[in-house]
Amino acid sequence: MQIPYTKKTLGNGLDVIVHEDHQLPMVAVNLWYHVGSKNERPGRTGFAHLFEHLMFEGSKHHDSGYFEPLQRAGGLLNGSTNTDRTNYWEVVPTGALELALFMESDRMGFLLPALTEDKFTNQRDVVLNERRQNYENRPYGLAGVALAAALFPPDHPYHWITIGDPDDLRAASLDDVRTFFETYYHPGNASLTLAGNIETARALDLAERYFGEIPRGPAPPPVTAGIPITAERSLLLEDRVELPRLYLSWHSPAMFHVGDADLDLGADVLAHGKTSRLYKRLVYDRRVAADVSAYQHSRELSGVFQVACTAAAGVSLPVLEEAITEAIHEMAASGPTADELERAQAQTEAQFVYRLQTVGGFGGKSDQLNAYNVFNGNPGFFDDDLARYRSVTPASMAAAIGRWLVGQPRVALSLVPRGQQQLALAGSTEVAVS
Amino acid sequence: MSRVDRSRLPIPGPAGAFVFPRIERLRLSNGLEVRVISHRSVPVASMVLLVPGGSASDDTDRPGLVSLLADLLDEGSRGMSALDVSDRIARMGGDLDVDVNHDSTIVGLTTLDRFLEPGLSLVHEISTAPNLTDADFARVRQLRLERLRQLRDHPGALADRSFAKVVYQTHPYAQPGYGTAESLSAITVGEVRTCHARMFQPDGATLVLAADRPASQLLAAAEAAFGGWANDRTVTPFPRDRGRLDPPRVPATRLGLVSRPGSAQSELRIGHVAASRSTPDYHAIILLNAVLGGQFVSRLNMNLREDKGYTYGVRTGFDLRRGMGPFVLQTSVGSDVTVPALRESLRELTEIRGERPVTADELALAQSSVALGYPRGFETVQQVARSMAQLALHELPDSYFEDFVPKLLAVTLDEVNGAAKRYLDPERMTAVVVGDPATIGDAIGDLGLGAPVPVIPPI
Repeated sequence: MQIPYTKKTLGNGLDVIVHEDHQLPMVAVNLWYHVGSKNERPGRTGFAHLFEHLMFEGSKHHDSGYFEPLQRAGGLLNGSTNTDRTNYWEVVPTGALELALFMESDRMGFLLPALTEDKFTNQRDVVLNERRQNYENRPYGLAGVALAAALFPPDHPYHWITIGDPDDLRAASLDDVRTFFETYYHPGNASLTLAGNIETARALDLAERYFGEIPRGPAPPPVTAGIPITAERSLLLEDRVELPRLYLSWHSPAMFHVGDADLDLGADVLAHGKTSRLYKRLVYDRRVAADVSAYQHSRELSGVFQVACTAAAGVSLPVLEEAITEAIHEMAASGPTADELERAQAQTEAQFVYRLQTVGGFGGKSDQLNAYNVFNGNPGFFDDDLARYRSVTPASMAAAIGRWLVGQPRVALSLVPRGQQQLALAGSTEVAVS
Repeated sequence: MSRVDRSRLPIPGPAGAFVFPRIERLRLSNGLEVRVISHRSVPVASMVLLVPGGSASDDTDRPGLVSLLADLLDEGSRGMSALDVSDRIARMGGDLDVDVNHDSTIVGLTTLDRFLEPGLSLVHEISTAPNLTDADFARVRQLRLERLRQLRDHPGALADRSFAKVVYQTHPYAQPGYGTAESLSAITVGEVRTCHARMFQPDGATLVLAADRPASQLLAAAEAAFGGWANDRTVTPFPRDRGRLDPPRVPATRLGLVSRPGSAQSELRIGHVAASRSTPDYHAIILLNAVLGGQFVSRLNMNLREDKGYTYGVRTGFDLRRGMGPFVLQTSVGSDVTVPALRESLRELTEIRGERPVTADELALAQSSVALGYPRGFETVQQVARSMAQLALHELPDSYFEDFVPKLLAVTLDEVNGAAKRYLDPERMTAVVVGDPATIGDAIGDLGLGAPVPVIPPI
């Protein structure tokens, strides 16, 4: 299994990757910039994402909305920002490929001349709305802010979440936009994938034609990461919720590193599906929890392993903490059963197949090729990636869980209904989050 | 290589040809309709069992019954426990999705192609012979009650439930499909078993299958799995189509307010009862909605988001059902701009019917946007299977996919503007606001909708 591709690096440093799939009369354009909230500085958090919004407000040779010409042509488009990268994509009818390339290259090469204070202020308001809608106004929405701040010290690029701090967003200026664009938005810091109904030679020609003239920019400054926490922290956060939820978070391996796949599958064994250990014990048998989830969130600089469990009505969080800790210790001591591992691997393998179904959009083949290229330097990593999961054994999983989750400093966040601090883990310190 | 001429945008070339998938049908002797599509894809198969009847079928005092039954389907069958079923699905790499809509219920499973036959068997077993034990019932009901409690903190859920209640009142579409604490507590396991016996019958149901195999093979696999499913003629017929009852002409109130002190945003819904899926103006309605609030460049989004910065996004939709579904505008706005956001929204909904009708260019944009993008909906087997199930639910012809674009492009400006007048009625619009009354301010009473009326969301 793989995603066949051709890769070429243009003279200005832009990586171009092409994958042919002629099922639909469509082409996916997918462009990654290797910049995310990890490249921000304290006091200007949320900037990479705010900047992403400005990329849809027009550029020098098309100084009006980015959406209209592409929607008129039948295209679908979007973009997103996380800690490590920013991506932009269009899925367009083949006849509109040049339009999409024009638009993408124009905002890579000529964004600043079209930038105005009005656009900037408008999109900052939009982002402040986005933050209130998806974080403040959403139950449990601020947990991620508290966890990131506790897991990583203030000088670590993962200390803040991508949406940023509202005060920082208000403090951002047009000058910040210019500097950010010049530092990170240029061909040498980007990767372009064209996938779908297009011949490889023509795709490479078009990429050269539209992007080749954009000058290479300076190499972005390296990101330095402070030392993650070294002592356990128990925190408490009150929120407008009915049921308390416990979050347990640990540092874990970075993306593709030793132990990453083990913990990914370990999370499945612990909390994916009714037969998983924690679901079966806490939700199915004992009925002390309303839900439980676990995941290994691996990123470029380091990973986070997290278990989240919502208590059933009337249950306090120490009950859940004990059971989760016990299950993790068991896994470290004896590993998963052969059955458990086989089930987790079967599901993962199926997910790899499902990922081959779409050419464009978030998670489609074009997005995957760029992800492997940007984070690994090898767009063809699909098969090797799957091999990482196939090679996990009960012993390697036990070792990874023992290494990262047992006796290691963790953050325990008790998120409780307002006025019900007695449901939290003992000795938790209340945190303020905005 | 020549430099790019950046003085104007490239003009898109003609759309590539696309052959829409062909539907093959078979009616089994038990009455089950089978529809299959042979679809080129990676080795993945997708199947959907569509059963008529959904949340609108619930008795007035039992909202949530069908949905609770649906939740219990994968809790075991024929000697398998809930854990066994979960284990079997996981080993197929399967993705099971049981979904209750207003008018129908679907049991969908997507698996690797090599598990197509065992997948069909599993869908057959859990749909036709679920265990529905006392213990599973008690556990699943408890989980639902807990989830329901959590919904009390969800502004979106409060807004949706309140809007349906105010607009549909005693009509079945007013009922919260997930149920209320009161109804879920009252439902007995006996009622769930009876509901299953009445509802899950092959006669009237449709099985849909999409995979990269010859149609004849897919039909044979469907028959092998479902051919033995028998109708139970001893039960009272199930009310499959209660959504088709006449909805109320006027809303209970024009302006409903759900008080949420300290709310960081105001969650808004604006709309009214609008149309059913069988309307002859279907294509005009799609285009009208695209212009109004159905896409990023719609009037509402460009105004409220891109011009005013009131919101992260606003959208509108005609939720066309078997019965008369609603038109709804939905958005979340800053608390302090709630009143201006409502005013601008109402203005857009009014002016498109008269002062500022849809222009030729807006129509052309909407038509090309929807028509040229249409093939995107046929990329995966899940998409294809789901679309086919929709055709079955709404009794649409097998030629529907290939007819869609020509019909859409044939819509005239007069027809779209006629649809705006017929299907949008500012005099009947209801607005529901979930937010902090103190921040929103008293000016909310000056919108021409009367004074705000407190609404208690059914939860």
